[in-house]
Amino acid sequence: MAAVTGPMPPAAAATQHTPRSPGAIILHRILGSWQGRFGTIVLAVIVALGLLAPWLSPYSPIDIDPDAFSMPPSAAHWFGTDEIGRDVLSRVLHGATVSLQVVIFAIGLALIAGSLLGLVSGWLGGRWDALIMRIMDAFLAFPLLVLALSIVAVLGPDLVNAMLAIAITKMPGFARLVRAEVLSLREADYVVAAQASGARPFRILAKHIWPNVSGNVIVYGSLSASQALITESALSFLGLGVQPPTPSWGYMVATGIQFYQSWWMSFFPGLAIFLTVLALNFLGDAVRDAFDARLGDGHG
Amino acid sequence: MLPYLAKKLAQMLPVAFFVTIIVFTLTNLLPGDPTVTILGEQASPEQRAAVRVEYGLDQPAPVRYVTWLARVAQGDFGRSLRTREDVGEMLAARIPVTLELGFLSILIAVAIGMPAGILAARFRGSLIDVAASFVAMSSVAVPYFWMGVLLIMLFSLKLGWLPPSGHVRFLDDPGGNLRLMVMPALTIGTAFAALVMRQTRASMLQVLSMDYIRTARAKGLSERLVLIRHALRNALIPIVTVIGLQIGALLGGAVVTETVFALPGLGRMLVDGIFQRDFPVIQGAILFIVIAVFAVNLLTDLLYRAFDPRVKA
Repeated sequence: MAAVTGPMPPAAAATQHTPRSPGAIILHRILGSWQGRFGTIVLAVIVALGLLAPWLSPYSPIDIDPDAFSMPPSAAHWFGTDEIGRDVLSRVLHGATVSLQVVIFAIGLALIAGSLLGLVSGWLGGRWDALIMRIMDAFLAFPLLVLALSIVAVLGPDLVNAMLAIAITKMPGFARLVRAEVLSLREADYVVAAQASGARPFRILAKHIWPNVSGNVIVYGSLSASQALITESALSFLGLGVQPPTPSWGYMVATGIQFYQSWWMSFFPGLAIFLTVLALNFLGDAVRDAFDARLGDGHG
Repeated sequence: MLPYLAKKLAQMLPVAFFVTIIVFTLTNLLPGDPTVTILGEQASPEQRAAVRVEYGLDQPAPVRYVTWLARVAQGDFGRSLRTREDVGEMLAARIPVTLELGFLSILIAVAIGMPAGILAARFRGSLIDVAASFVAMSSVAVPYFWMGVLLIMLFSLKLGWLPPSGHVRFLDDPGGNLRLMVMPALTIGTAFAALVMRQTRASMLQVLSMDYIRTARAKGLSERLVLIRHALRNALIPIVTVIGLQIGALLGGAVVTETVFALPGLGRMLVDGIFQRDFPVIQGAILFIVIAVFAVNLLTDLLYRAFDPRVKA
């Protein structure tokens, strides 16, 4: 795992006609696998539909139409309408940005906080390491959803709090991963050399250790994205996520449950969650494989 | 084995300590006045003060933490603020429901996942293998609550075979109990089947490349015998481990599934407690869930060591 990155190994570079940056090579690898292509395309479509929702939606996602309660799918309402006459298609389209926003910010926050804790823990070692890691272990002892649920109960149900709760549940994973890598890297010759030449800890962590850890952190982050989305949708399903009338997929499925005869109310938002999770899973696997090949540790 | 157990428990102790701090802190930060939960909006300030003293809410937080921990250590989880019911008794009534759900889910997961994994490994790269991987990939992407809804739509509304939700105790009516448990167990079981299938496939592939498998085949044993007797038995340990390590995810799934199917289990108790701001109920439910996860992980670890002599204590 301690492979040194930076300039591409000559063997790999030789297969390319033009020299490319490591980022471009990773991207090329991700799009080279069918999982990566599938994940990227589906996700891109969902993001595009979500961002363009204000223009694409045939109706407003929150306007009530008293003449169209619980209408089955038709030419006027492709996905039907809900129990108070709102257009399900419009709500599903608007829900995309809400869910993906939570995922991006939650993973981003968990990545930053967890990595910092991991770097500090692994570098300082000793008592601080023991303290930080036992607290992280304690967080990991909770089932993801149970912890997220409890945190949201305290903070109050809304979008930002759901984001924070998911970030806190994912943070220990990043901290553990980064700490383990730091522990093995701090004994590496080039780190010892940097230390001997008088480099400060911050510089060593930022310039020598982080670049060798960041690949695995990105992989872990992309593998966690689908979990974050499932947790977000479960929270909003339980009524503890995004609050109505803001459209959210999980909450839409929950209201649909009270009206089983109107299957379209919960079917389409559920399908949206399923497709997004599937795309994130495929993309996550592709990202892992792409980085694995680069690290060349034989797991590819 | 015993020194190993002692060492493992000693490692768990500081983690368990922080777990109790997290649970206590979270439930004490719950917004809202507990006396409102107990007495309602109309009570006089004197009544509120009396209740605060009765529940020890007038004490500072560290004192309350120590008192709470001492009580919990003796198995006293306190009483529900709302119903005055003993939380320990509530747990005792609800644990069997979640236990049954978990047991049936794992049964379904193994019944589907293991044969699929064995076939996928045996016919690696074939249509079966690709199809199994595809189905597994899809089934882990289905959120529990949506799976539950789809099952209810199919089996209750379309076909009319099963009642959509509710619960009867197994001892009161075994048939009725199982009819109500099938869909919740399928909801969690199909997602877990994917995990079991993947792990079975991976560990079977590893075992099938071993020399003793070639020997077994060379001496003319039937393929069935080779797969089950020689390969599966050795591939079993990692499969059991995966199931054991996912017990937390299973309990998390139970929270959602019990809500969908109106099952009076542990997960439902937690969700209800959160909505009613009933902190003794929340504390009891979360603590029990975490203890269960700890216990199963420890048990998995011990089983792993007991079954595989290569792993030294």
